[in-house]
Amino acid sequence: MMQITCPHCGPRAQSEFIYERTVDSVVPLDAAPEQAMATLFARTNPRGVDEEIWRHTYGCRAWLVMTRHRVTNEISATRAVGPEALP
Amino acid sequence: MSGPMRDPKGATVTFSFDGKTYQARAGDTLAAALLANGVGHVGRSFKYHRPRGIMTAGIEEPNALVTIGDGGRAEPNTRATDVFVYDGLIARSQNRWPNLSFDVGAVFSLAAPMLGAGFYYKTFFGSAKRWMFYEYFIRKAAGLGNAPTKSDPDRFSQRAAFCDVLVVGAGPAGLQAALEQAEAGKRVILVEQDSILGASLIRDPQELDAAWAEGAAARIRAAGGRILTRTTASGYWEHDLVTLTQRLSEPGEVPSSGVTQRLWHVRAGQVILATGSIERPIAFAHNDRPGVMLSQAARTYVRRFGILPGKRIVVATNNDDAYKTAQALQDAGAEIVAILDARPQFSDAAAGAESAGLPVWTNAIPSSASGARHCLSGVTAIVDGQSKSWKADLIAVSGGFTPVVHLHMQAGGTLDWNDAAQAFVPAASRQNVTTIGGAANPDPVFPVTPVSNPKKSFIDFQNDVSLADVDLAWAEGYRSVEHLKRYTTLGMATDQGKLSNMAALGRLAEKQGVSIPEAGLTTFRPPYTPVSMGLIAGAGAKNAGAHVRRLALYDVHAAKNPIWQPLGYWFRPRAYPQGQETLAQAALREAKEVRTGVGMTDVSTLAKFEVSGPDAAAFLELICATTVGKLAVGRGRYTFMLREDGIAFDDGTVWRLDENRYLLTSSTGGADRMATHISYVRQYLCPQLKVSAVNVQEHYAGIAIAGPKAKAVMDALIKADAPRHMSTVPAEIAGVPVIVLAASYSGERAFEVYVEASHAASIWAACEAEVTAQGGCLYGLEAMEFLRIEKGHLVVGGEVDGRMTPMDLALDKMLNKAGGYIGATGLSRPALAEPGRRQLVGLEAISGDIPEGAMLITHKGGSPHGHVSAAAFRILEGGSVALGQLKDGFSRHGEELIASSPTRGQEARVRVVHPHFYDTAGERYRD
Amino acid sequence: MSRYSALGLLRGALNGQKHWQPAWRDPEPKSHYDIIIIGGGGHGLATAYYLAKVHGLRNIAVLEKGWIGGGNTGRNTTIVRSNYRLEPLHNFYEFGLKLWHGLSDDLNYNVMFSPRGAMFLGHSDADMVKLAERGDAMRCDGIDADLMTRDEVAKLEPLLDMSRDARFPIQGGLIQRRGGSARHDAVAWGYARGADSFGVDIIQKCEVTGFVRDGNAVVGVETTRGRIGAGRVGICVAGHSGHVAAMAGLKLPVESQTLQAMVTEGVKPMINSVIMSQSLHCYISQSDKGGIVFGGDPDNWPSYAQRGHPMVMEGAVAQGLALVPALSRLRMVRTWSGVTDMSFDGAPIIGETSVPNLYINGGWCYGGFKATPASGWTYAHTLATGKPHPLNAPFSLDRFERGATIDETGSGPMPNSR
Repeated sequence: MMQITCPHCGPRAQSEFIYERTVDSVVPLDAAPEQAMATLFARTNPRGVDEEIWRHTYGCRAWLVMTRHRVTNEISATRAVGPEALP
Repeated sequence: MSGPMRDPKGATVTFSFDGKTYQARAGDTLAAALLANGVGHVGRSFKYHRPRGIMTAGIEEPNALVTIGDGGRAEPNTRATDVFVYDGLIARSQNRWPNLSFDVGAVFSLAAPMLGAGFYYKTFFGSAKRWMFYEYFIRKAAGLGNAPTKSDPDRFSQRAAFCDVLVVGAGPAGLQAALEQAEAGKRVILVEQDSILGASLIRDPQELDAAWAEGAAARIRAAGGRILTRTTASGYWEHDLVTLTQRLSEPGEVPSSGVTQRLWHVRAGQVILATGSIERPIAFAHNDRPGVMLSQAARTYVRRFGILPGKRIVVATNNDDAYKTAQALQDAGAEIVAILDARPQFSDAAAGAESAGLPVWTNAIPSSASGARHCLSGVTAIVDGQSKSWKADLIAVSGGFTPVVHLHMQAGGTLDWNDAAQAFVPAASRQNVTTIGGAANPDPVFPVTPVSNPKKSFIDFQNDVSLADVDLAWAEGYRSVEHLKRYTTLGMATDQGKLSNMAALGRLAEKQGVSIPEAGLTTFRPPYTPVSMGLIAGAGAKNAGAHVRRLALYDVHAAKNPIWQPLGYWFRPRAYPQGQETLAQAALREAKEVRTGVGMTDVSTLAKFEVSGPDAAAFLELICATTVGKLAVGRGRYTFMLREDGIAFDDGTVWRLDENRYLLTSSTGGADRMATHISYVRQYLCPQLKVSAVNVQEHYAGIAIAGPKAKAVMDALIKADAPRHMSTVPAEIAGVPVIVLAASYSGERAFEVYVEASHAASIWAACEAEVTAQGGCLYGLEAMEFLRIEKGHLVVGGEVDGRMTPMDLALDKMLNKAGGYIGATGLSRPALAEPGRRQLVGLEAISGDIPEGAMLITHKGGSPHGHVSAAAFRILEGGSVALGQLKDGFSRHGEELIASSPTRGQEARVRVVHPHFYDTAGERYRD
Repeated sequence: MSRYSALGLLRGALNGQKHWQPAWRDPEPKSHYDIIIIGGGGHGLATAYYLAKVHGLRNIAVLEKGWIGGGNTGRNTTIVRSNYRLEPLHNFYEFGLKLWHGLSDDLNYNVMFSPRGAMFLGHSDADMVKLAERGDAMRCDGIDADLMTRDEVAKLEPLLDMSRDARFPIQGGLIQRRGGSARHDAVAWGYARGADSFGVDIIQKCEVTGFVRDGNAVVGVETTRGRIGAGRVGICVAGHSGHVAAMAGLKLPVESQTLQAMVTEGVKPMINSVIMSQSLHCYISQSDKGGIVFGGDPDNWPSYAQRGHPMVMEGAVAQGLALVPALSRLRMVRTWSGVTDMSFDGAPIIGETSVPNLYINGGWCYGGFKATPASGWTYAHTLATGKPHPLNAPFSLDRFERGATIDETGSGPMPNSR
């Protein structure tokens, strides 16, 4: 069980979080149909580092993006997303 | 076996083994108590049913497995070396019939020449049924103890903890480390699997003052450290999370607190492993007999428990440590008849022993043990190439030391080969873990090559795996260590290979002509020692880990004693039977009342979202596949939502409560999924929108009132005019603000009243009074199902099954022509428009009642063209009707099919029709 | 190949079992094969076996980066069944189940397939309708399935908690009597021995590191043991499909996740069938050695770690104990994890890719082990003929973007919602 640093709450047990999807699977709202389906269905799924979207569901409920190694589970970064995180 | 050599003043407890009563001293392990009582034959092996005794004094015991306790507390396969005797302990031997000393299963031993590694794979051919015939007997012979047949009367608890430093193992190294860390101000947890601290100090008290361990423990506690005994670190997970299993009562014992074991999840800043090592046996013929014991175990029985495990003892070793055993045994009065040292030269320890008068033989390797039925009578060794024998009743063996690197490896650590110790030791780890003490620096040993008959030289004692089995696996090409393990079952027993792994690797390396590290190593995974399933489950075993969500109106319903129906985590009233009514009778009565009078029902569990802000309509037009923006204030409409791939996944209604404020409802079953979806779109996909989307599912309770008299009920409840169909008004009932929506799932004029959940009971009571005044009744989910099927409304999980598009559901006319909603692009995938898709149809029975879930076939024996997704009756006229999915169904209206349910022996002839059986013009919604 | 028989064992008893030959050779790779299969798991070995046996091909290699059967073939819960709701799935798995029933004889290797019955429990009226629907779909396609009453369930599995006030009370079940379990390792070894006997080269410790291309087409593979040419190459590395496909520049509708399983210490027979549930996500059976084999949901996030999450295991065991309380005092002795290809509709992928000469077999989610014979048979057909067998035609790689998914649970393209 990993320890994930919620950008709002700090380090918490993984059991408070739910994985939602990978960043590379996010279909932009203005994507053309073929591009949208390729984004949805053709995944890099790397055996290495990827960016993933998780949610602190059993905590502050905020969404976050986590950069994680899929073999070692090393988490190199987490960052906040949402209206408050807009530049 | 020798008799007891014990302190006659020690407190005694009474226990039984195989029905016979014995005395033990408090603090004894069961193994110690059995040895003290002269019981050396304790169990039978797994495959050949060979007699087995006590080989170790710890958790690595492969042989002395017994069932402890009775009824729901019985723990099969308990290591006698890992249970502390208490008054009334009941132990039984296992895997023998009719009894331990005469075991019919021992005939397997005669067949052993046939039953080598992999023999199962080479025979028992024929049909699968024929294999099952043989398998029946094989299964009966396999297994060890019997599982309890009763429920567990005790509880298992779980606890989470955090610390700066977790120290595993309270031997001298662990105690010292914990002491330093605690006194440096760190939050320390120290765990020890034994009941007392000290580990090697217990058997070798002279090396540090025995009182030192107690003093160190006191100082650790004084510095705020926590010490847990009878606690095993069983799993090392990601990011320095370690699971601990703590015994609060012994196996089979009634726990004083009701809790028998506790599982800890400890997140540690740093982990120090002081886990020591496990002594290795030596492979020689009949090395599995009672009377063959590990050297340190023999020393432990003498020094810790005051028991002399033999009178005439041979010590066999490849290292210096065993000389301490020889000395301890001799000091306690045993005769050391020979010390067999595999090393060609005298070490200092060997020389010292010889000068003290002990008979030391160098270049001496045991080749076989002999004995009468269940005990040892002699040992033969090859000494300088010559065979030599001794009479003995115990052989204490030490083949070196295997560091306990399990947790280090579970943590993702790598291992180094320490050639002097012939052992793997911890190397790097990506987690914050270090190993100290004997686990990091095992004693040097001399490599021993077995000199015995491989067939009877066991390396995995419990599973009867011999050197010959390793040789056979090798010859047959099972040469990777994993193949070897799987082909021979080596390491698969309850001792998890703790004694056998290195012996097997040694043999494998010898066969390959490579060094042991080149031969490979299997991965250690949790758990370090076997863990009770009840402990893993914790409190979740009672409810399958599934909580229950209680309706705000739960007490109101419960008082009416309804039939409950599970729906997700909720339980909702399915019907409110009166008198002796069955479910079906009650539901039909309730549905009829809705069709002819008025009924009310609890719809609180519907998903509800309040969406507000200047971009609320734009946001909803992403979520919903229908138009929303054009909705006038005070109006609502039916809507549905698509996944990104264009498949419909939920439906509901959307209401414009105010200029920039909407209420969106969707299905109960999909509520959590919808909440996540809406949150994703708002937080991740569209953070720039000026909108707030709040989940108000449990903020509002909901009451639906439906039927021709619903308006009369509404008129009596609220001052405002009752809203027209698909309109909404704010109102008050009994002074409490409510939202009244005119929406209908039943096909009748109907209203939904939403109120803050804290007021649910009083508003329900007010509604019920008016409904009752109109002669109406309550209705449950079953009646609701009848009503909606007859009306042709969809249900999520039924018609909306995650495979249907809006086209398939005949909803495409309602799609937002401007597009832009989530799923619009997915919907354009070409195969979704190809012929052969399942499409929503109505089904009307020509003969028989339509079974729900039945397949739609064109002729007997045909493949399904679709299925019945929901079946009901015309509520007033009678007659079976249903909704279904049918291949190309839109173009098949009028066709006759068979709705066939072979599993229930039911079928009906049906006609494909339009899926609206009631008031197709929608006139009943109007006043 | 020396045939295995009881007589052979008896002869061995007299000669110390010294006459047995290696079950498969340990050949050096040749410079070129007609067909190369990447991945020496059960599926890859079965594919090679059927390529040789059914299609008469001989110049075939199976390349395995480690040791055969070391991936998910040896990391599952050994359940064999064909009781799926959707036609393409149950027809495919049923074809496989028929092969399972004759497999030990066909391979002359006892894979210990034991059709003890695979039973889904129902916990509500709604569950029972869903089970009937599944059973009816199977029966109409000629596949065995029987609904069971509460009493029949209790009789088959006396240790199930049948109390009415349980959180998930047992109302009945749906059993496929021809389903059961098998000895997983033996499946890999039996197919390997069979394929080897036809001359297939099984090359262990040979990791593929890249593809050799001629234009867009694949004409061979680069490996840790050198370059090997090939007429056709079949990827068969479920769990790592994305990783290998990426070497050919392909992205797949697959996410790799960890699926854990565990086994208890051995006890005398207590579980008679394979127990599954319509509402819960655990599956329980007892091995021939007496261990209770346990599985649950995957860890619902991407991982190649082959290490599980303790709380996922705790959840699965809680569910299992709610069903069979008598398991409480048994001890979990071993856990393991496999990396599974979670496909985006829950169904497998077998067929051509957009790269000429390159084929793929993957996306098995939880369903790989039971599929081994059918997967091998149909993939062999596809590799031998260049065209799908009718049974694997629905499982094409392009079905996702075309919109022809086969979504048994109706959960859509996010595997973690499955």
